[in-house]
Amino acid sequence: MFIRALASISPQPTFGADQLPAESAGYSSNRLACIEPDYKEWIDPKMMRRMSRIIRMGVATAALCLKNAGIETPDAIVTGSAYGCLEDTGLFLNRMIEFNEEMLNPTSFIQSTHNTVGAQIALSVKCYGYNNTFVHRGFSFENALLDGILLLKDNEVNNVLVGSADEITNISFAVLNRFGRFSGGAAAGEGAAFFLLTNEPDPQNCAVLDAIHTFYKPAGADAVVNEINRFLTSQSLSISDIDLIINGMNGDSANDETYHELNRGLFNSQKNISYKNLCGEYPTSSSFALWYATTMLKSEPKPRRRILIYNHYKNIHHSLFLVSSC
Amino acid sequence: MNHTDPVVYIAGLGIISAIGNNVAETLDSFEKMLPGMQEISMLDTIHRGELPVAEVKLSNKELGEFAGISPLIPRTALLSMAAAKEALNDSGVELNSSIRSGLISANTTGGMDLSEQFFADFRLDPGSGHLRDIVNHECGAVTDLVADALGIKDYISTISTACSSSANAIFFGARLIRHNMLDLVIAGGSDALTKFTINGFNTLMILDKEFCKPFDENRKGLNLGEGAGYVVMVSEKLMKGLRKKPYAVLSGYANANDAYHQTASSPEGTGSWLAMTGALKRSGLNTVDIDYINLHGTGTQNNDVAEGTAIRRLFSPEYPRMSSTKTFTGHTLGASGSIEAVFSCLAIEKGLIYPNLRFNTPMKELDFIPETKYLTGQPVNHVMSNSFGFGGNCSSLIFSKPQV
Amino acid sequence: MYDLKTQIIEQLNLQDKKPEDIGDDEALFKDGLGLDSIDALELIVLLQQNYKIKLANPDDGPKVFRSIRTMAEFITEHQGKAA
Repeated sequence: MFIRALASISPQPTFGADQLPAESAGYSSNRLACIEPDYKEWIDPKMMRRMSRIIRMGVATAALCLKNAGIETPDAIVTGSAYGCLEDTGLFLNRMIEFNEEMLNPTSFIQSTHNTVGAQIALSVKCYGYNNTFVHRGFSFENALLDGILLLKDNEVNNVLVGSADEITNISFAVLNRFGRFSGGAAAGEGAAFFLLTNEPDPQNCAVLDAIHTFYKPAGADAVVNEINRFLTSQSLSISDIDLIINGMNGDSANDETYHELNRGLFNSQKNISYKNLCGEYPTSSSFALWYATTMLKSEPKPRRRILIYNHYKNIHHSLFLVSSC
Repeated sequence: MNHTDPVVYIAGLGIISAIGNNVAETLDSFEKMLPGMQEISMLDTIHRGELPVAEVKLSNKELGEFAGISPLIPRTALLSMAAAKEALNDSGVELNSSIRSGLISANTTGGMDLSEQFFADFRLDPGSGHLRDIVNHECGAVTDLVADALGIKDYISTISTACSSSANAIFFGARLIRHNMLDLVIAGGSDALTKFTINGFNTLMILDKEFCKPFDENRKGLNLGEGAGYVVMVSEKLMKGLRKKPYAVLSGYANANDAYHQTASSPEGTGSWLAMTGALKRSGLNTVDIDYINLHGTGTQNNDVAEGTAIRRLFSPEYPRMSSTKTFTGHTLGASGSIEAVFSCLAIEKGLIYPNLRFNTPMKELDFIPETKYLTGQPVNHVMSNSFGFGGNCSSLIFSKPQV
Repeated sequence: MYDLKTQIIEQLNLQDKKPEDIGDDEALFKDGLGLDSIDALELIVLLQQNYKIKLANPDDGPKVFRSIRTMAEFITEHQGKAA
């Protein structure tokens, strides 16, 4: 499966960027905010007036991805979002309570449904094809990617637009802080990333998406090692075939314990970098990791390389991606 | 369908809604022609006494006991657990490590019934509100709770595409079996009534203050409902090992997008037409093979004319019997696709045609009318079930009698 | 009517429009300003919020909201009452 094109909005200047953002040593604060483009260049003003921030992020990122792919309308659209449209949800809830269920605005209710990003993309490019939205926490992006991969495997479509979008709002940041999520060294992040997947070989293709795998609540570090080894074996590879590992460390020592164990063991001879210092922690951050890996492979195509992405969200939802140069 | 494509069998069913807490009670309500709508009783809202809803007749505490799970979790999770457990038990499968199993569940509300309560306190003082009321806010949290309770680990996912959510969950689950990733999938969806949803739909002015009248010329809107429905789908290999007959096979499915407007359907029913056509194509069936259509049939001006127009374009002049069971269950949003999938499978197993209640006047745009009687012992070999959601998300499933 | 135009621009988030851009008799829906069914619902909320007028029957919408002038006339007639 090939990644023909991609795009990202993130806390780094990634929108429209062909190169990787500069390495950063640590977080600038414990809440990272996206660097957003001028949406008027990407979204019809008539549609944009109803769109809250997360929807604009998703739609603009998708638009740039399609432009990069040279495609006006994809055959299918699959999106992932763990939190959905938080701002609209908060707005509607607030008014509902403040005005005692009277004089409520339909727009924020309509825009609060989780499939709004996917729906608005379809509307903007008149895509009548398959359209699905996954909302399963740390698996949301991975589920969407698998759905797209299965459509291509079945030869039902020539290409699929797959992506994710998640935001952090004042309310969600405050709530997550009360759970202690960002007081141990991790920073809250957000972002949108879209990929155009296809089966067709083409000199424009950026990278090969060899395989993905998810696993849930592994029993311990040994179980994680087994999953990684099995994943590599299924691709007829071993860890020594991997040129770079991109890991999901987020700066919180409890969270990062699994990664440290791997770095001492299975990963100890491989080149290994983190990505959450650039985008922060959020359930669909692995889409940023995939953007990062693909951009790296695209900009340095030779020699042929393989990148393994390993990430977990709250040590509950774990995922592996294998990406290689074309 | 290509005869070499793996067959996906429906081996178990589970359902809970305003018309019954399980399959047996549900069928009883149909037989007695008893719909589930009534005045709002469980939620504290200004709309009580004004808007009829179709509530599940159990409190959260009773649901917890019924489903064998903590009652302190969101109501959407309680409903989900009740129906998913019934489906798994009904299938007769004992899960073990040699069976690769998955849970694909859908919902639109997540933990909103509890989040609403949390937010009422939080918005006045960000340090207040019980964290236990917000910890399961996300749609995916509801699914994880049920996956953990049922012991399912191999593949877990949540889909949320408004009213087509659980139909999409079912055929995504089927595809995982067909790709030999899983042997068994519990697929479906759940949604509980919340103030958020009631008020949200009220702002759209598509709620009927009376009991809804889908496909009637004088329909005024929908009634909201709540509930959950799940099917247990298994591979051919696993089915052979079970000492029971499958209810049906999932022979066709498709999803298409209307790409017309955020909430309204196109007048020609483009998305609906594409979904139904796609499902038929996959099943290898012709329109004349369909014995019964379970309509999306919400009772809104817009849905019924769009869906009806699409059906006319596709099926005319020979129409199968059809009805909207939302006249009994109300519109259960994220659960509607799977609740109606359960009805479809029962229709095939028992030869049922469900009635469309409160129908009086044919719609002027259409040259067909829904079925108004509950029929049993009918030849029902192929059933089409439609689910069309906001965002133009249109899905159609086809269930067929298993070949012996 | 100028105030009404300002309120409508804000309620419907018509970011690129100024009150001067909207004609008093210009069609608000379909042609003209090109508003849709969701905007109609938002205008019903606007009537309630700003003028305390409850439009109980959405079918009256097309008549009332045909243009700024018809809206203004409706408001003058019904201010503070249920319609």
